Formats: sequence, C-alpha cells, structure tokens
Amino acid sequence: MTIATLSSPKIKMSVIGPIVALVVLIIMGALMNPNFLSAGNISNVLSRSAFIGIIAVGMTFVITAGGLDLSVGSMAAFIAGLMILVMNTALPVMGIGIPIVLLGMAVALFAGLFAGMLNGVLITRLGMDAFIVTLGSMGIYRSLVTWLADGGTLSLDFSLRTFYQPVYYGGTLGVSWPIIVFALVVIGGELLMRSTAFGRHCAAIGSNDQVARYSSVRVARVRMLTYVMLGVLVGIATIMYVPRLGSASSATGLLWELEAIAAVIVGGTALKGGFGRVWGTVIGVLILTLIGNILNLTDLVSPYLNGAIQGAIIILAVVLQRGRKPGQ
Amino acid sequence: MGHAVTTPILALSKVSKSFGPIEVLHGADIALHPGRVHALIGENGAGKSTMMKILTGYQPPSAGLVMLQGQPVSFADMGQAEAQGISLIHQEFNLADHLTVAENIFLGSELRRGWFLDKPAMRARSRDLLGRLRCDVDPDRLISDLSNSDKQMVEIAKALLRDTNVLIMDEPTAVLTRTETAVLLDQVRALRGHGTAVLFTSHKLDEVVAIADDLTIMRDGSVVWSGPANEMDEHQMAEAMVGREISTLYPPKDSMKGALALEVEGFHVPGFAEDIHFTLRKGEVLGIAGLIGSGRTETFEGLAGLRAAHGTVRINGDTVTIRHPWEALALGLAYLTEDRKTRGLLLTKGLRENLTLQSLHKFSNWVINTRAEDAALNHAVTEFDIRGSRSVDVGSLSGGNQQKLLFAKTMLSDPDILVIDEPTRGIDIGTKQQMYEFIRKLAAEGRAIVVISSEMQEVIGLSDRVLVMRQGRIAGELTGDSATEDAIVRLAMGVGQSAPLERTA
Repeated sequence: MTIATLSSPKIKMSVIGPIVALVVLIIMGALMNPNFLSAGNISNVLSRSAFIGIIAVGMTFVITAGGLDLSVGSMAAFIAGLMILVMNTALPVMGIGIPIVLLGMAVALFAGLFAGMLNGVLITRLGMDAFIVTLGSMGIYRSLVTWLADGGTLSLDFSLRTFYQPVYYGGTLGVSWPIIVFALVVIGGELLMRSTAFGRHCAAIGSNDQVARYSSVRVARVRMLTYVMLGVLVGIATIMYVPRLGSASSATGLLWELEAIAAVIVGGTALKGGFGRVWGTVIGVLILTLIGNILNLTDLVSPYLNGAIQGAIIILAVVLQRGRKPGQ
Repeated sequence: MGHAVTTPILALSKVSKSFGPIEVLHGADIALHPGRVHALIGENGAGKSTMMKILTGYQPPSAGLVMLQGQPVSFADMGQAEAQGISLIHQEFNLADHLTVAENIFLGSELRRGWFLDKPAMRARSRDLLGRLRCDVDPDRLISDLSNSDKQMVEIAKALLRDTNVLIMDEPTAVLTRTETAVLLDQVRALRGHGTAVLFTSHKLDEVVAIADDLTIMRDGSVVWSGPANEMDEHQMAEAMVGREISTLYPPKDSMKGALALEVEGFHVPGFAEDIHFTLRKGEVLGIAGLIGSGRTETFEGLAGLRAAHGTVRINGDTVTIRHPWEALALGLAYLTEDRKTRGLLLTKGLRENLTLQSLHKFSNWVINTRAEDAALNHAVTEFDIRGSRSVDVGSLSGGNQQKLLFAKTMLSDPDILVIDEPTRGIDIGTKQQMYEFIRKLAAEGRAIVVISSEMQEVIGLSDRVLVMRQGRIAGELTGDSATEDAIVRLAMGVGQSAPLERTA
C-alpha cells in the first residue's frame, strides 16, 4: 500500500493500483510459504481463477456498457444441471465417447446463449432495469436447478465423468485446459474491448447512452450482445466446471456473480459504466483468488476470514476509483 | 447618478490568473456598483468565466486584488463569498429536479421548528421571494414541471434568500425563449431597483443594449473596453470582441438549388407535431422558426428516427421508413442535436473517440484503425478550426469548440441531408460566423440543409426559405424579403394574417 500511495497522480493510481496489489500479494505469498511459487500451486490458482475469470471477462463488457448481470452464478448452476441431465439421458443411446461430450458442450453453449438473450431481451426491448431483471432470473435459475436435482445433487454418470475429466484436469504442453481457455477468452476480450467498434460502442453507451443513440449507435443491439456474450461465456465456464466435480446442486456457482462483479471493479472498470478494461479484470480475479490461496497456505489468519479480506479489497478498490473522479 | 462617485461594492484590480505556465487573465479590472447592471461580454475563452470564478471566490487570483466595499479581501471558497452576499448563478441550473420550488430555495438552509421542518414558513417565504421577482410559481410545484424561465427565477430567489447584494449570472438567457428573456430582464430591472449589483454574461448583444448600464468587453484574457454601455452599439461591441471588423455576419446565399432531396407529407409525431409537410432541395438551406415547445425539435427527431412518428417521407424520390437513427444515417440523413452536452458529445471521453463515434464503421475493419482516426482528427481540427488541447476530455473544451467538434463529428458521416438544431447556442460571435460559413459551404456542395433556431436573425440570415411552426403545426412559409422578424413572430404567435399555405406536392 505504501508503494501505491507514493505514486502521486491519482489517474495513474487506478492503473497501477491493481498491479501493485497483485505484486504485493505474490511477494507476501512467496515469503510466507515456499510452496506458493511452485508450478503445482500456480497451476492450481490459475485453474481455479478460470471459471470466475471467464465469466468476469463477459461481465466487464456488460458493466462497461452500463449494465449488470446478477444471474450468472445461478445460470452456471442451471446450465451445469441441464448439461448433466442431457448427457445422462443420452448415455444409453450414444455411449461413452467424444460425441456425447460434444453434445453436452453444445447444450451448455446454447443454454448460455438463450439465457443471456432472455436477460438481454427483457432489458433492451422491454426497457426494464438490468438489476431487477437479472435479480429475477437469478432466482429463477437457482430454483430450476434445485427442482431439476429434486433438492439434492445431480451427478454425471461415473464412467462418463471419468472420460470427461481431462477437460478440467488435463492439458497440453504442461498447461491445463481451463488455463488455456481462460487465456484465449482474455486475449479475445482485450482485443474486442480495446480495438473494435463493438468495444468502443460499449464504452460510449455506458458513458452516455443518449449520446450513443443520437450518434446512430445501435444501442439496444450492442447492449443485447453484451448479455448474450456473457451467457455464452457462462456456458464455456460451465463446460470447464462440470468435469471438475461431475455434479450440480443448488449450491453450485453460489455467489459467483458477486465474485465476477468484484473482480471487474477491483480491476478498475467503472461500476456505472463508460470505461472498462479486460486485463484489469484478469488482475482483479487473480487478486481475489490469491487471497484465498494465501490464507489456505499460511496459518496467520483463519481462512474463514477470506470473505472479510476480499470485501475490504473491493471497498478499497472503489475508494481509489472515486478518488480519480473529482481530482481535477 | 454618476457611477464613478459611488464606491464599487465588488471589484477586481489588476487581477491575473495562471494555470501552470499559462496565464489566462492578464491584469483585468472590473467594478460592480450597487443598483447597476454590468454586462461582461467576449468570445468563448476570452476569460469571462475565469473572472466570474475569481469574483465569487471559486478560484483565487494569481496576482491582483479582489476588493469588497473598497477593501481588499481574499475568499477562501465560495461559501465565504456567499456569506458576504455574493451569489453566482451557473449557466446550467443547479436545482434538484424532484424537489419542490420551496424545497430547492431552502436547500441547505431549511427552516426548522424543533426537530422538524417548518414547511408552512418555508412556503410563505418562498412565495414572498418569488413575489419580489414578480413570479407567481406555486412553491409546491416540482422543479421538473417548470419552464426554463421559472427555473431561472427559482435560482434568483435562492440567491435572494441568502441576502444577495451582488448577483452574478453566467449566460442567464442562453436557454430562454424571447418571451422568457423579456420576463427575466424585467426581474433584473426590479433587482437593480432594489439596489442589487448585477453582473451577467451573454452572447446576445441586443440584451446587453437593452439592459446594461456598464459594459466590460474582454478579448484573449484582457479587458479591451470598459465604460457606460450606451457608448457602444451592437456592431461596435461585436467588433471589439472579435478584434477585427465584422463586415457581414451571414455569408451570401448563392448555392445552386438542385433536385428534391426530401419530401415530407402528413407527418405526425404523437404528442408533439401533426400534419407536417414540406420539401427540401439539394443546395437549399431551410430555416425552421417557432417558439420553444412548438414541436420543431421533436418533428425532426421524429424524422431522424429518434422518436416514434409516422407519415410519408421521400428521400431523393424514394419512399422510406425510418424507425431508428442508424436507418436515417444509412439513408444519408443526419440530425445534429441542440443539446451538445447531454446528447451530442461524450464529455468524459477524448476528441478522437467523439469525432469518430457516429462513423466508426468507416474506421474499422474488424479492428479500429486508430491511425486513420488520428488523421481524421487532424483534418477536422484544421477544417473546422477546433482549438484546445487534443489530450483533454471533451467536457473541458469551450462551448464553441465543442460545437465545432459536434459539427465535425456529424460531417464525418457525410450526410446528404443535414438537420442542425440550434447551430450556435451559447457560442460567441466569431465562432457563429464560422458556423454560418460552414453551413453555407455545405449547401454549396449540394447538400440539403435544415436549420432549426430560436434566433430569428439567424434563421433569416442563413435560410433560403423559412418555415414557422406553432403548436405542433406548420403555421406558414416565408421566402425572400417576406421573411422578416415581424412576419415570423406573427406566425409563431398565431396573430395577424396567416399566410395561406399552398401544399407542396
């Protein structure tokens, strides 16, 4: 923190702040536990970050365009449940093999697409508030997955699960698939945000949607696309998540929406929209995951206080963002 | 009473102001006297706002003295200046839209009885204050329901509550109609009668002539003329502001009229305009006059797909349906909004992002070509004479430069039919002249142009033909010498003979 306060101009603070915080966390972790920097732990941290990270990249676009999506955690649980159900049902017909896994992935992607589209239609075509719409759909998906699982847990057929597991645990060139997919999503997202008309339009709409409308920007379509994209990314995250535990229950993906939103904000994207950066979100995700990891590896502070420290970081990030505004 | 005899209540003496190495105000003097109205005029960026900010304690001077009742003072902040009876009314209203008139007047200094608000007392005081301004707005009405002139009165009442003896107003009439302006000027006279010193800025020189006792003219951070207002006429004021001779404000109307570009028949914008019909040729400038609220803006927003509307619209002879702004743009029709701050420009973004927002597809082939964008910005800065730093947010540009940027942004999308709503609102006379030249030049290029304006001189000086709107309908059409202020007012107010309208087919 001392390093951060030394850099005097506050505008740079919001850029450097998250990076400095990440570096400080890494140094702290390395000093406290020699295993922290081991390949195994780094891979573990990045793989765990991947689910929230993939979703948070999509959330960055939604928030930048002045929206919000609270439904992603429930959506992930519902998609996971649906995916398991479809795969189990298709198992007697298709047998274990790549086709059934591809079927499951297709189900996840389309379910995500439709769920995102549903949020998008309600928000952009009916002009409803994003907070209210996604609060509603959050409840609906959470309840649906509980109903699908009949209050218990939906489990993927054991042999199918063993076949599907490499998607989470396997990898190529020593890097696990979730990390590779996460990296691809981040690179694509960064390019989309920084260098395309779509990214520019998101920032314009979040900054002032009237100006965007009067500038002939297709406001409703761009907004819609941010929700659809987020839905598809939730689908992708679920595809990576299901082989990890092979089950879905009403507790799956709990609070993911808040972790994703927190990562976006910690990364320096403005909560009220108009400005967003994907690489910042990645740093935000890493910071939040590392806190949990460090607490687990050391016994200085109880891991039960993980939430409290994450909460403090989020508040701090917003305070730093605020300091940027009135500092003329 | 000769004003030299009385001690000025508030004055600046040899005041300079620097921001970093740049001096924006060079040893300026001004003196405000009780019971006199002082007009401060100058082009955008001449230093008027800086001077007002120093007078009201919003910014300290870098050198020189602020004198209150002849004694040097230094205000630490606006609150201290306010405590001394100095009030500033900003150009943009500083009122809470969802509160009532009385609640706004007493905002921050509410009257209490015990732990609770004393609403009846505040209501009575508000009525009393507004009465002094001869304004009969009900204190219980919401600000959002008031007209602009009434809002202005509430701002003044708010200042009066704080025992103001120096009232400083930044372009109080910029958003007011002619009638509203007349009301406001009457109230200013009343305040002067009560002994208040009033300072105001305006780009409308006829108002300055009408009401000012004293006049200070600024150019490039210096006071270039100061003295009794009746020693200058409008033309001399304009020349002193610009620093060169202004021969003709309006360029000649010499563009060649071509084929019909736009035909509108039986066009309705529900709630705002009915049965609108007109035609527009290539190379023609069509002026739209009418009072604020006559449906001028709404008609053309409807035409540009920004509002729900229906009717027959033909562009270059083809019947078209426009439901969204991008459909209008694809057909070569662009609407340039009157409200550059909330609808025209992204104030927290840079010049480049703003310039290309409307035509980003021209710069992107999957990925945006920022080099091409920079080239476009260079071109726009030269062509439209946009001054100011490239690296700042658009919000910190002066109004004139914002307007030029908005103009450049719209022109980048290369429209054949261009609707410009209030092309010169809140900009100085030098920039106005530039805007008029741009507009006539576009007409000469064969574009069809509509100019909507509240300034009748502008409509008359710029247009080949004038349509006057009243209560959502076209009240009449005026061409050539028949387009006079008098004729426009008659049609706009619905008095006198209404010119029979021949329906254009």
